[in-house]
Amino acid sequence: MSSSLSSAEPRGGRPKRFLSPTSIMIYSALLVAAIYYLIPLYVMVMTSLKGMPEIRLGNVFSPPVEVTFQPWATAWNSACTGLYCEGIKVGFFNSMKILVPSVIFSIIIASVNGYALSNWRFKGSELFFTALIFGAFIPYQVMLYPLVIITRQLGIFGTLTGVIVIHTIFGMPILTLLFRNYFVSLPPELFKAARVDGAGFWRIFLQIMLPMSLPIFVVAVILQVTGIWNDFLFGVIFAGTKNFPMTVQLNNIVNSTQGVKEYNVNMAATILTGAVPLLVYFFSGKYFVRGIAAGAVKG
Amino acid sequence: MAGSRRPFTPLRNLNAKIAAVPMILTVLVVFIGCTLWTVVYSFTSSRSLPTLDFVGMDQYVRLFRTSRWTVSLKNLAIFGVLSLSFSLVLGFILAALMDQKIRFENTFRTIFLYPHALSFIVTGLVWQWILTPAYGVQKVVRDLGFETFNFPILTDGRFTIYAIVIAGLWQGTGLVMALMLAGLRNIDDEIWKAARVDGIPAWKTYLFIIIPMMRPVFITTLVIISATIVKVYDLVVALTNGGPGISSEVPAKYVYDLMFSRGNLGQGLAASTIMLTTVLIILVPWALLEFRPRYRKGEASK
Repeated sequence: MSSSLSSAEPRGGRPKRFLSPTSIMIYSALLVAAIYYLIPLYVMVMTSLKGMPEIRLGNVFSPPVEVTFQPWATAWNSACTGLYCEGIKVGFFNSMKILVPSVIFSIIIASVNGYALSNWRFKGSELFFTALIFGAFIPYQVMLYPLVIITRQLGIFGTLTGVIVIHTIFGMPILTLLFRNYFVSLPPELFKAARVDGAGFWRIFLQIMLPMSLPIFVVAVILQVTGIWNDFLFGVIFAGTKNFPMTVQLNNIVNSTQGVKEYNVNMAATILTGAVPLLVYFFSGKYFVRGIAAGAVKG
Repeated sequence: MAGSRRPFTPLRNLNAKIAAVPMILTVLVVFIGCTLWTVVYSFTSSRSLPTLDFVGMDQYVRLFRTSRWTVSLKNLAIFGVLSLSFSLVLGFILAALMDQKIRFENTFRTIFLYPHALSFIVTGLVWQWILTPAYGVQKVVRDLGFETFNFPILTDGRFTIYAIVIAGLWQGTGLVMALMLAGLRNIDDEIWKAARVDGIPAWKTYLFIIIPMMRPVFITTLVIISATIVKVYDLVVALTNGGPGISSEVPAKYVYDLMFSRGNLGQGLAASTIMLTTVLIILVPWALLEFRPRYRKGEASK
């Protein structure tokens, strides 16, 4: 690779030559893997753009001859979940109603908690923190029934409030870990100087810690938005039939329809359900990776 | 804190204690309280309502005589072993390939990781469609000219659990890759230089130097995936709903069905206690290994 513009080339270590036998092997291996990963997305989109007659003639990989957006409209407006035929949009708005308060409450509670655990430790605080992290490994199934009893006693079983409380509880371990680790990594001099100046618990949090921790809040929001949107179990148990989130509605549409299966509508509904976390993922990039890696960081 | 005999002062640092109330309640009421409740009531004869009529191990005896439960356990074992080994091996290989100073690294990472942003329900439904015999992989291969090709992965009960493995790997390997890549990036460049100076081929360096050095990353990843494997539920509900017959049932689904649709609480609680035990068997040795020696490691490391 000789270049007449060598003076314009960047200095320092040069990337490996593009076409050495080793790199051809590396790139083709990665390419094969990438194709495997992209196939389901391709199949979803292609199927959702075909009419039913065309689906019956071809296979899942064949691209549409005649592109139609009708399945998308049907999926959104009039797909049937058992008795009702109001489309996946019902689930979409239910998921939004669950998502927004759950994300806000869980992050407020966990950020203040993480701050207390990093800067204002008290007797037993580390013990409770360790217990919280280990609690995250208990299978949800173990705690489900007692939680049903508790929420029923509180009168919030089968309501939006109920499922929001449950999301806040189970978001706590990972979010607290995230915030605690972040606040611990900030220079302690900041905190000490504010203490010397007479600032208290809430003032230091609101005026010093919060402005410095925007990135970690972004990570927390991404983590919670994808996690809560993708939840199925808590939604199906605690939200009540009226408030079923999008994942539950989607499963009802696809798996319990009577009569002829409309695969194109099913795939359109599936894409619509996956769209929110996918958009979050594509626009957040590095923050998403930080969020999922947070689970692997030891406290 | 220097004073070893500090007087009992519950009001000291009160704001922090108030801030920690949700955590304390979660730990005491949910994690400890609810778990103990479940374990205690698993020894009772509860049917549709919980009662404190203790019957010893009866529920467990009946549980392990139920073929649906033993099939569930067997499926979990197959799913667990295959998912763990394949996702660790493939995840590591992908990470090692990504670590070769390649171009388009961000594009590849985006592609490998996007399934992880999707829910298990979406994952399950897509793979159900791809594996449908009439239109999916079987039809594709037949259309290519292999007219007798059979791929009854969703219709033959002997194979359905492998469909769940395939879908699960698609969803989860990207995460393993990301964790492994972070681990690889933490390895000191000097190690690579030293290995190259000594003329050790790259694959040997990976196998005998890098992987042993990444032991903590492997163990942490292993624990995280194992914890999600034990909980596998929505993926099965969406992909096969346990069928055909009971061929792809899993423990988490057994618990849900017996508690919430069959009104057989005692069985559900006993089954969930077994799930808890499984997690503890994975978790306790890890916790002892990982957290005990850390206080001593302080002076030893670096």
